[in-house]
Amino acid sequence: MKVLVAVKRVVDYNVKVRPKSDGSDVDLANVKMSINPFCEIAVEEAVRLAEKGIATEVIAVSVGPKQCQEQLRTALALGADRAILVETDESLEPLAIAKCLKAVCDAESPDLILMGKQAIDGDNNQTGQMLSALLDCSQATFASELSLDDGKAVVIREVDGGLQTLELSLPAIVTSDLRLNEPRYASLPNIMKAKRKPLDVKTPDELGVSIAPRVTLLGVELPAERQAGIKVEDVAMLVDKLKNEAKVIS
Amino acid sequence: MSILVIAEHDNSSLKPATLNSVTAAQAIGGDIDILVIGSNCQGAAEQAAQVAGISKVLVADNAAYGHQLAENVAPLIAEVGAAYSHVLATATTTAKNILPRAAALMDVQAISEISAVVSADTFKRPIYAGNVIATVQSSDAIKVLTVRGTAFDAAPAEGGSAAIEAVASAHDAGKSEFKGEEVAKSDRPELTAAKIVVSGGRGMGNGDNFSMIYSIADKLGAGVGASRAAVDAGFVPNDMQVGQTGKIVAPDLYVAVGISGAIQHLAGMKDSKVIVAINKDEEAPIFSVADYGLVADLFTALPELDSAL
Repeated sequence: MKVLVAVKRVVDYNVKVRPKSDGSDVDLANVKMSINPFCEIAVEEAVRLAEKGIATEVIAVSVGPKQCQEQLRTALALGADRAILVETDESLEPLAIAKCLKAVCDAESPDLILMGKQAIDGDNNQTGQMLSALLDCSQATFASELSLDDGKAVVIREVDGGLQTLELSLPAIVTSDLRLNEPRYASLPNIMKAKRKPLDVKTPDELGVSIAPRVTLLGVELPAERQAGIKVEDVAMLVDKLKNEAKVIS
Repeated sequence: MSILVIAEHDNSSLKPATLNSVTAAQAIGGDIDILVIGSNCQGAAEQAAQVAGISKVLVADNAAYGHQLAENVAPLIAEVGAAYSHVLATATTTAKNILPRAAALMDVQAISEISAVVSADTFKRPIYAGNVIATVQSSDAIKVLTVRGTAFDAAPAEGGSAAIEAVASAHDAGKSEFKGEEVAKSDRPELTAAKIVVSGGRGMGNGDNFSMIYSIADKLGAGVGASRAAVDAGFVPNDMQVGQTGKIVAPDLYVAVGISGAIQHLAGMKDSKVIVAINKDEEAPIFSVADYGLVADLFTALPELDSAL
């Protein structure tokens, strides 16, 4: 089975982003960029499917600027077979990314599409669901366990009340939650090998996709800062404060 | 302006999360209808009709909608939503699963987890795990929005008497099938609805020690949460996780026990009204957001707190 896995280039999760001084956007000058952690989990899941002999080919796809090639090389080092970059310098919304991915899927006809549940920059949590709508295929978001059997995908999902199990007909889109797996580290030989794996570049124009934005960013600001309060000396003082000062317990 | 709120429910009853979206809809302004999609969901529909300020309740009652499968529910939302200026749902895992799919079917760029309404087309929302708040303006004809529940008060659940209308349209894509669920059974209030939440972190040491937290929570009528570290260590199940990738809570009182206060966790609880931190490390970042900090070993402080309550 052919597996396509989408990866996004985002600010590294260790970086604390700040607004630019004019408040127009966040300041991303000279910050470390990485593969989105949830996408990394999706790549790991795809590679494990290949190792089990279920996936016959794993294709990593990214949509974004030229530098996304770094994240695609990471995916190749982790075990993807080949990569496709849909290259554009325009700012991209989830719907536009889903449209680009749909065009790639139309050309590649994957049986399974693995994605992160959300990217840690925009925190949108939309692209997988949107791609599934555009492809008119099945979807399982927030996956914590995936198994493939008899042409079906069985997915355990993390939902508000606990866990839910769905059975999907293929092709299907599965978006990863944190506990789907623990991604491996790429070994040096695999990093070297990844440099020789094929990486195709296309543009949204070549795919016939309009990526014109629908949403305008008017500005960004820091959230209201919470002030540190006081230190209490013991449990008795804590209970007294909660009862008589904050009045949150009786 | 006409606004469609998608109900969060379990077929028999309306979930309180719906009421936060009603308040967000009121902030936008206009006629507000509620759409209840389910199977044998008359009970939920009747409760939706009681919500104050609702014009009418639309009910799509069909076996295919019983488990809120996105492939079946999203086309219905796209179809019904086409007659409205705004489609809203509170950002539960159900809505997060379905609404973007409906938006794509409508060729709309959805806006996730709005935390404030600036105007009918402009909204604020947290990005980068809540480290930054963005103000965004939509140019789509129909706005499809999920609403961060903690950012909007619940609308009154009673006082209305909206008419209930049936929606006949049925969609059964036949692409996915519900096989089962493991729902945590608990007499404690649901985390996102609880007025008080007591959470434990890695400092709890193991799952058994959470009994100290449960005991205190039961005396306070509180929900119980956990940090990602405690969940990853296997102390407690994942549905208890509070944080950026878990549940977002904003109770009147949040008690963090043995939680260091990683950004990931703070993103899920820093809008709580009063925060208490109990941690033996006085440098722990959790103290920088706590109204009341107690530097103490939790294994002595928790039994003391338990007997003081």
